[in-house]
Amino acid sequence: MRTVFSIMIDAVAYGMVLFIISIGLSIMMGLMRVVNLAHGAFAMIGGYLASYAIRDLHVHYSVAILMAVVGTIIVSIPFEILLYRRIYRKSDPLIQVLMTIGITFFIIGIVNFIFGPSLKSIPLPQTLSGPLDIGFRMLPTHRIFVIACGVVTALALWLLIEKTEFGIKLRASVDHSGMADALGIRTEIIYAVTFALAIGLGAFGGVVGAEILPIEPFYALRYMVTFLVVVSVGGAGSILGALSASLLLGLADTTGKYLAPEFGDFFFYLSVIVVVFLFPHGLFGRSHA
Amino acid sequence: MNRRSQSILALAILGLMTGTASADTIKVGVIGTMSGPYALFGKNFKMGIDAWVAEHGTKAGKHDVEFIYRDEESPNPAKSKALAQELLVKDKVQYLAGVYFTPNAMAIAPLLEESKTPLIVMNAATSSIVEKSPYIVRTSFTMWQNTVPAAKTALKNGAKKVAIAVSDYGPGVDAEAAFKKTFEGEGGAVVEAVRIPLATTDFSPIMQRIKDSGADTIFTFLPSGPPTLGFVKAYIDNGLKAGGVKLMSTGDVVTEPDLPNIGDAGIGILSTYHYSVSHDSKENAAFLATIKKGGGNLDEVTMTSVAAYDGARLIYKMIEATDGKRDAAKAVDAVKDMKWVSPRGPVSIDPTTRHIRQNVYLRSVEKVDGKLINKESQTFADQPDWALSAK
Repeated sequence: MRTVFSIMIDAVAYGMVLFIISIGLSIMMGLMRVVNLAHGAFAMIGGYLASYAIRDLHVHYSVAILMAVVGTIIVSIPFEILLYRRIYRKSDPLIQVLMTIGITFFIIGIVNFIFGPSLKSIPLPQTLSGPLDIGFRMLPTHRIFVIACGVVTALALWLLIEKTEFGIKLRASVDHSGMADALGIRTEIIYAVTFALAIGLGAFGGVVGAEILPIEPFYALRYMVTFLVVVSVGGAGSILGALSASLLLGLADTTGKYLAPEFGDFFFYLSVIVVVFLFPHGLFGRSHA
Repeated sequence: MNRRSQSILALAILGLMTGTASADTIKVGVIGTMSGPYALFGKNFKMGIDAWVAEHGTKAGKHDVEFIYRDEESPNPAKSKALAQELLVKDKVQYLAGVYFTPNAMAIAPLLEESKTPLIVMNAATSSIVEKSPYIVRTSFTMWQNTVPAAKTALKNGAKKVAIAVSDYGPGVDAEAAFKKTFEGEGGAVVEAVRIPLATTDFSPIMQRIKDSGADTIFTFLPSGPPTLGFVKAYIDNGLKAGGVKLMSTGDVVTEPDLPNIGDAGIGILSTYHYSVSHDSKENAAFLATIKKGGGNLDEVTMTSVAAYDGARLIYKMIEATDGKRDAAKAVDAVKDMKWVSPRGPVSIDPTTRHIRQNVYLRSVEKVDGKLINKESQTFADQPDWALSAK
């Protein structure tokens, strides 16, 4: 029983990191129909900014998170205006994939040039580092923080999309962008804001998840498949889908590592195959005609 | 083969030999991890070689020496083989050197006998590499060499039940075998042996598994780089360190550039290794001073720089012995039994295995003058590769 709890808590922590980073990608794919392969690259920029802010500017962890999120959004603005805006909802997938993978390589090169090729740690504040006794086992305090961040993110997004006027407009634009336009909703502004939100969430996930997915220049490529898999298992654009997919995959991966580490990523991808076979549009996805 | 083609071949060989002998620049191809997650270690190859050149000049005997660097990037045998081929055919190098990863060294080995080229391995640490070609000489270390002293130390410190956690590839398997053989041979018990996939970054589940096994000591090997930091942090943050479980490793897990990232929580971690940047000797002080003078950052020095520095010494000796001619057998013979004092301590090349014999030191992470270092406390003198030699 203790073992089961142990695995569960590691699985939830890992799943939450996947969720925070992937939800931005999921929103973009669901709303703008953009397969943004550069999403991990923006998460990586967030991680680098936070690392720089803490290690060289000596600001507090919380300030660093804020700086990373805002900084990454600022960096992403030229990309949105010059490139992404042209491919929302219309271009064929090949153009999207080529463009966003190009952006990924571009960002990897620039980051490598500026920050160097080595791993960058994001030092944790005293309150979040070290072990914490939770009764039946010791747990890194940071994991609790990650789980809390994931829960708060999921709730806040749900409130934003279901309970606010912005959410109503957003859902209208998703369901029928032409009609939404005709009713006077400025869809291009909705898209721009959603893009910023998605990138900001990616950067946030990159920073808080850095203990589990360490920040290095090839981060953007190394975890790209993982993030895409979460979205395709969960179903593009669904918060509940991304959350349940993240937890499911986190559980599969952690259980596999615990019980049979020599199998590597086998259990992770096995569960992906099973889910996609049973639910071709993802757990909570809708088919886009 | 008829007479005509024989004479053409003879002419071609003659042309090739005179071509290299009259050329006054001897080229050495260095294959190392120059970019990517392991770039620090490739950079150290260059720092070590540059330090040797700064101290001994660009000439070996009467011949100019030029080092050409290529990027192996990651464990990618196909790419490394292609790089070696390109260096041999296009750049016409007479010596190959470097190589961080074992699989890459294995892929290059078959080319050496075809092209009669010596390879000085400056890192890749699986014992069997030197058996793949008579033209391979190694100046780094092997897992067996560093692990046997670790097992002896664990026994002496009273470890009864050990959990072994290693990366699931050549050197990891070697480390596991070396520790198991030594430790169980003296009556210890190995209660858990985990092989971790190379790409793993989240070690929390593995720590929990080790904890549940009831081990009092963990022995680990992971290749220096991003995973080692994650492993040590998981060991501390999952409460194993506070719970009294000891961590023993080969020094790969606590390389000096990683120590500031591990932080004060790492104090007390034991390791057995052949080189510490803080090694107290006049040779090491001179070596570090040269690196610093050449613009190198002393916080970035790792074991690969000293292996490269000693490797460059062998290459210079080989060039002198063959007078710049392409003669791999003579070159390798010239360095067998060579003895010198390296920045890491006294070393020699074992004539039968062509692997370096050296001291292995027991170290623990300590804070000295506000800086975390690997402080040496005990010396295991003149250690061979225990998989290849019995004593």
